[in-house]
Amino acid sequence: MTIEVRNLVKKFGSFAALDGVDLKVDNGELLALLGPSGSGKTTLLRIIAGLDWPDSGEVSFNGEDALAQGARERHVGFVFQHYALFRHMTVFENVAFGLRVQPRAVRKDEASIRARVKELLDLVELDWLADRYPSQLSGGQRQRIALARALAIEPRSLLLDEPFGALDAKVRKELRKWLRSLHHEINVTSIFVTHDQEEALEVANRVVVMDKGRIEQIGSPDDVYETPATAFVHGFIGECIELPVQVADGVIRLGEQPLKLAADGLVPGASRLFVRRHDMLVGPPGSGAFEGAVQHVRNFGPVQRAEVALSGGETIEIDAPRDKELRAGDTIGLEPRRYRIFAG
Amino acid sequence: MTMQIADSVSLSASEAKARAKARAHAAAARDNLRTEPRAVRIVIIALAVMFLTVFVVLPLVVVFAQAFSRGLLAYFAALAEPEAMAAIELTLIVAAISVGLNLVFGLVAAWAIAKFDFKGKTFLITLIDLPFSVSPVISGLVFVLLFGAQGYFGTWLRDHDIQILFAVPGIALATTFVTFPFVARALIPLMQEQGTQEEEAAISLGASGLQTFFRVTLPNIKWGVLYGVLLCNARAMGEFGAVSVVSGHIRGETNTMPLLVEILYNEYQFVAAFAIASLLAMLALITLIVKTVLERHLDEGEDASDH
Repeated sequence: MTIEVRNLVKKFGSFAALDGVDLKVDNGELLALLGPSGSGKTTLLRIIAGLDWPDSGEVSFNGEDALAQGARERHVGFVFQHYALFRHMTVFENVAFGLRVQPRAVRKDEASIRARVKELLDLVELDWLADRYPSQLSGGQRQRIALARALAIEPRSLLLDEPFGALDAKVRKELRKWLRSLHHEINVTSIFVTHDQEEALEVANRVVVMDKGRIEQIGSPDDVYETPATAFVHGFIGECIELPVQVADGVIRLGEQPLKLAADGLVPGASRLFVRRHDMLVGPPGSGAFEGAVQHVRNFGPVQRAEVALSGGETIEIDAPRDKELRAGDTIGLEPRRYRIFAG
Repeated sequence: MTMQIADSVSLSASEAKARAKARAHAAAARDNLRTEPRAVRIVIIALAVMFLTVFVVLPLVVVFAQAFSRGLLAYFAALAEPEAMAAIELTLIVAAISVGLNLVFGLVAAWAIAKFDFKGKTFLITLIDLPFSVSPVISGLVFVLLFGAQGYFGTWLRDHDIQILFAVPGIALATTFVTFPFVARALIPLMQEQGTQEEEAAISLGASGLQTFFRVTLPNIKWGVLYGVLLCNARAMGEFGAVSVVSGHIRGETNTMPLLVEILYNEYQFVAAFAIASLLAMLALITLIVKTVLERHLDEGEDASDH
């Protein structure tokens, strides 16, 4: 199913949760809505599901107006951050719920319902938990049951609200991979909300970055990482160095210090320069665009992280390979391999 | 697609041992907190036991002792009196009506307050508490003002030959008013704590409003409902003040059990008075026992909802 959203606006009091959002989701896509809390991503998902209503704008499924229908008629599977399993029902009855509440005319007989539930529990690899109650399951198991329950009604699309947000880091990583392969298997149009950039970049085909109720950028994980469209996206995705610079007369200055960087095509005035930590290459003094003194160095997994006081007055953190010799007190040159400058 | 996901369901032996150790540690710490000397502890406990004996146990014993003071036969004879039988019957009818009404009102009010946002919600919550903050006698008087011969609807009611005051409808109304908060009060915090996510899940899975209510909302609050009904019933059967104002004390017709106890006592029929009082006391004891059982179930329900 394709999902299209046009000029969606939703206000809670004076706070605009959605401020004119346009989005098109293709059939079979696995799309991530990525943004900090309060960016409106969950509100957008709930409106698509029919659990919330916009103040204005349109939502259509396969070209049909979806706002004319309630959540019940939209036939969309929804997975909640805190699972929302029915606590008084067994795992089996939770998954069977959507099949049991269907109108009598289309409801399946008991044997087919049992067969379908069994099939779904096999799909999420938890058939051995059928008789347990939700309180007896671990978080990861609960979320997989919630997914099986949502899939039981053969939804036209699957909406997941921070599905791994309440899980610990290890289980989260496992479930991420599992979700991607599940999507590959069932191939239903899916949207998931997350504030975790790593999750979005790893799982989704396409990423929508949101901030303050607006969409900042839509693109493939590579696009949003390699060519961020706005200062917000650059700052939000990947670990970043952000420097306030001045552009004037074809020269970029950090404080009083002119930088050996091309200023072609830049708007004069106050700007911000973004570089990823690992894109700052270390060289001998005088070799790069920046120069600075190493304050201290810490080993940090595969890299060493150095705090460097730039001669322009700012202090930054860079990631250098472990085999690079860096010691506190060294004066080094720094050359940004890749960088972006945004006006304002 | 094969993925192994770690289970946290079963505890390893070493983990279990570590937990037991932590528990023993906590108990020891608690003991250290008991710094009062033994004598002080004994005095305080003795005071508490004495207080309970004088104010709770003794009155209960006296009720039963008085009721049986002339033997079992006199006790049952007093209960078999037509007046006593009529009072018991009336009390049961009134309790059934008001508990039934308050079950419906309480459920609806709690559902609206806990699951929806609307203007005037705080005002509604205050209104629900009103019967608790008004003296029962005033509650009764309100109905006299409304339906009495000199009341707002008095003339109209007389013209249409409808009897409310000094009859079952008046007693039921006053009782319903006084016991209104019990069911709603038991349910509102429970339903608020449970939130609306399970309902949202049900609706997105295709359930109608009624299906959602009966399959998801109601099973989650069933122990709370029973708890509210139990307390509501205990108060409905024991209500004195409001009923006294609207009943008219017509012997064998509009006397509930508490009213009859007073009348019999004032006529020096102690065995009969205490025989009926013993029934009310037993109701209280049974209520307490059932309440304890229900509270255990409510706690379990909370544990089950722990994430």
